[in-house]
Amino acid sequence: MTEPLVRVENLKKHYTDQDSLLDRLFRRDPVRVRAVDGVSFEIEQGETLGLVGESGCGKSTTGETLLGLREATAGRVRFEETDVFEQQDLTDFRRQTGIVFQDPFSSLDPRMTVHEIIREPMLVHDIGTSDERRERVLDLLEQVGLSPDHIDRYPHEFSGGQRQRIGIARALALEPKFIVLDEPVSALDVSVQAQILNLLADLQAELDLTYLLIAHDLSVVRHISDTVAVMYLGKIVEQGPADELFTAPKHPYTRALLESVPQARTEEQHREMDPIEGDVPSPRDPPSGCSFRTRCPSVIPPDGLDIPQETYRELMTLRERLQGSDSTIDGLLVDADMDTDRPDADRVIDEFFSEPPRDGTRETVRESIEQYRSGNEEQAVATLRESFTTICERDDPDLQESGHHVACHLYS
Amino acid sequence: MSTDLIRIRGLSTRFFTQEGQINAVEDVSLTIREGELYGIVGESGSGKSVLGLSVIDLIESPGRITDGEIWYRNADIAEATRAEAPDAVDGDFVELRSLSAQARRSLRGQSFSMVFQDPMASMNPSLTVGTQIAEAVEAQRRARSNPRTVRSKTQNYGLGNYLSGLLLPNNDYIRPESRKRAVELLAQVGIPDPSERAQEYPHQFSGGMLQRAMIAQALAGEPDLLIADEPTTALDVTIQAQIIELLEELQQEKDMSILMITHNLGLIAHMCDRLGVMYAGEIVERGTLGEVFDETIHPYTEGLLGSVPSLDRTASRLQPIDGNVPSLIDSEMGDRCYFVDRCPKAMDECFEKPPEYELDGEHAVRCYLADEPDAELERGRSDD
Repeated sequence: MTEPLVRVENLKKHYTDQDSLLDRLFRRDPVRVRAVDGVSFEIEQGETLGLVGESGCGKSTTGETLLGLREATAGRVRFEETDVFEQQDLTDFRRQTGIVFQDPFSSLDPRMTVHEIIREPMLVHDIGTSDERRERVLDLLEQVGLSPDHIDRYPHEFSGGQRQRIGIARALALEPKFIVLDEPVSALDVSVQAQILNLLADLQAELDLTYLLIAHDLSVVRHISDTVAVMYLGKIVEQGPADELFTAPKHPYTRALLESVPQARTEEQHREMDPIEGDVPSPRDPPSGCSFRTRCPSVIPPDGLDIPQETYRELMTLRERLQGSDSTIDGLLVDADMDTDRPDADRVIDEFFSEPPRDGTRETVRESIEQYRSGNEEQAVATLRESFTTICERDDPDLQESGHHVACHLYS
Repeated sequence: MSTDLIRIRGLSTRFFTQEGQINAVEDVSLTIREGELYGIVGESGSGKSVLGLSVIDLIESPGRITDGEIWYRNADIAEATRAEAPDAVDGDFVELRSLSAQARRSLRGQSFSMVFQDPMASMNPSLTVGTQIAEAVEAQRRARSNPRTVRSKTQNYGLGNYLSGLLLPNNDYIRPESRKRAVELLAQVGIPDPSERAQEYPHQFSGGMLQRAMIAQALAGEPDLLIADEPTTALDVTIQAQIIELLEELQQEKDMSILMITHNLGLIAHMCDRLGVMYAGEIVERGTLGEVFDETIHPYTEGLLGSVPSLDRTASRLQPIDGNVPSLIDSEMGDRCYFVDRCPKAMDECFEKPPEYELDGEHAVRCYLADEPDAELERGRSDD
C-alpha cells in the first residue's frame, strides 16, 4: 500500500479567550477553548474523507488548520512526503491544495469579474502569461459547467449554484491534488445541490483529486465519501469506511446522528426517532472524560450498580444540580418542608426521579441530600461521586487503532 | 375523515416592485384539515413562505393578496359575521379576505400563529425571553376579555416608558398571571428550569432552546393553526429531531393543525400526512405523502426526489434538475408551464399553461402528463 496523500497526526487548535488587557486588569483567568483537540486521519490519493459533525464541533477549523490557514497549536500534517508545518515556505504546498468555502455569496469578491476571480491564484503564484491565464480560465469555466460568455460578469449576476461553480473553478485553477470542501452545498437548494455534488464527483474522477469534505449533512457525506470521520467537541469519535460506518455505526453519537436524519421517502412517516437530549456542551467547559457522556443514551454505570439507564442519568443530573446549588433542588426542599408526613429527603427523591432508585442506591442519595440540606454542598457532591462515578466520566476514551475506529468505552 | 379547517381557493399574492410585478403565490388551492400536519415543500424563491404569510395576513406593502379566497372554519366568527356580510359566510366557514382588517387582526395569535426560521433574529435581544412570551399571553388575554378595544396594543419601549414605569409602579403592562402562564408555556415546550430560564435573555439560550421558546410564544393564544416556516433549518440534526418530536407532541396534545413550510423533503416525509410541492409560486403537485412520493407525476417533484442523496443508497449518481429556479417577475414568466425550460419531459403543449388535474384520492397535479384517460375530471383554473 502506498503512503497516503494527506496524513494528519494529533492536530490541535486551541484558542485562548478572556486574554485581553481588560481581562487581566480584572484578574480574569484566560480560558482555553479546545476547538480541535487531537485529530488524526489519513486520506489516500484520489479518495474522499467526509468529516461530519454538528455546528461548533471544530470540523471547519480542522480543515483550515490543516491547510495552514490557521496556525496549529500542536500536531503534524504530512502532505505527500513533507511535513507541512515544518516548512519555511508554504508556497509549494499552497499550490497543490485548494479550498471551496461554504457561502458562495461572501467568498467571491463582488468587485472582481469571474475572470479576475479565477485568475487570481495564478497571478499569486505567477503562472503563465496573460493569454495563457485567460485560456486556462476559459477551460476551467467549461470544466465546471459555465459558459465562456460568463467570463466578464460579476458575481452578483449569478445564482448560488453558479457562484459555487465559480468557487470550484478558482480552487482548481492551480491544478491542486488536494481540495478541502468546506460545506460546499449547504447554502444551496436541493436540486442545485445535486448538480454540484455530481460536478464534484466528476471532477474527482477526471483529475484524480483528493477531497476532504466537511459537512453537517450526513446524506451528502454518505454520497461522495470513501471514509467518514464523525467529530464531536473537537475530537473524532468514530472513523471508518463509509459503508461500514453508515450501516453499522458503533458510537452512540453516530447512531443518534443517523437516527435523527429524516429520509425523503414514505417509510419515514411517523418513524419513532427518540432523539438524544440536550445541547452540545460549550467547548470552553467540556465535560470530563468522554465529551458525549452528558447526552449519551448508554452511559456505562459503575460495576455492581444495577439501575435503569434513565435513573442513572438522573443521578448524574442530580449531582450537577447539587454542585451548582441549583434552585430546583432548593425549591424541592422548600416544598418538602411543608409536607410533614414523609422525611424531606425522601420527598425530594420521589419528586426528582421519574423512577426513584431503591435500596442501597436510595440510601446514598438520601444521605447526599441530607448533607446538602445541612449546607454541606461539597460533601453532598462527594458522596454521590464516590458511589456513582462512571468510567465515561473518569477517562476520555481513545480512538481504537484498528479498521473501523471508535472512541467509546463500550468498545474498549 | 376529519373536518376541514382552512380551505384556500385560487389564492394569488403579488408584490409590486420597481422591477415589476412579482407573482410570489399564484392560484394556490389547498385544504388543511383539523388536527392535520400539512406540508409545503419547495426551493428558495418558490413562494412557500409568502403562502404562509398570506394565510396569517402578514403580507406587507408592496405585496398584496390579489385574488382568491381563504375559508376558515370557526362557528363563532361565522355567526357574528353572518348579519353584516352574508356572502362571507358558508355554514361554519368564514371568508377571511372579506372580513375587516381589525377582525382579521384579532385572529392572529388566537386562530393562527407562526414560528419563524431564525429564532435569534425573531426575538428581541433586549428583553428577557419570559417577558416576550408573557407579553404575547397578555396581548391575547386582553384581546379576549375586551374584543372591542384596540386588540393588540403591546408595550412601548423607550425612555419615557421606562421613566413612567419608575414613577408609576403599577403601570406594568404584563400582569403577574401572564408571567406565570409564560413559565407554564416554557415548561410545556420542554425547557428545563422554566422559571429561571424565563428571566434570561435570548443570547443566553442555545438555538434549539430559543426555537422552543418561540414555539411557546406561538402557543400563547392557543391557535387552531400553527404555521411553522422552516422551524428547524437553522438547527443541527439532533436538535432538529428534538423540535420535530416537540411539534408532533404538541399537535397531538392540543389537536391543532400545523402548516409545515420547509425545503427539507425528509422532514415532510417524517411529519406530514399530506403535502403540496411548490414551484414558481404554484402548487405543482399535492396529495397524500404516498401519492406524491410514490406515485409522482410532475417531473419537478420527480427531480426534487431524485436530487436528495440518501443515507443508505450507495454512491449512485444523483438525478438533479438542470438549470435554476426561474424569475418570478410577471413579464418574464409568460403564459406557459413555468417548469418547461428545465423539464426533461417537456412537450409542445407545455407552452400553454396547464390546468390543475385532480386525480383519484387526494392527488392533484398541474401538468399535462396527468391528463391521461384515467384522470377523471379536469378542474379549470379557479382564479377567474
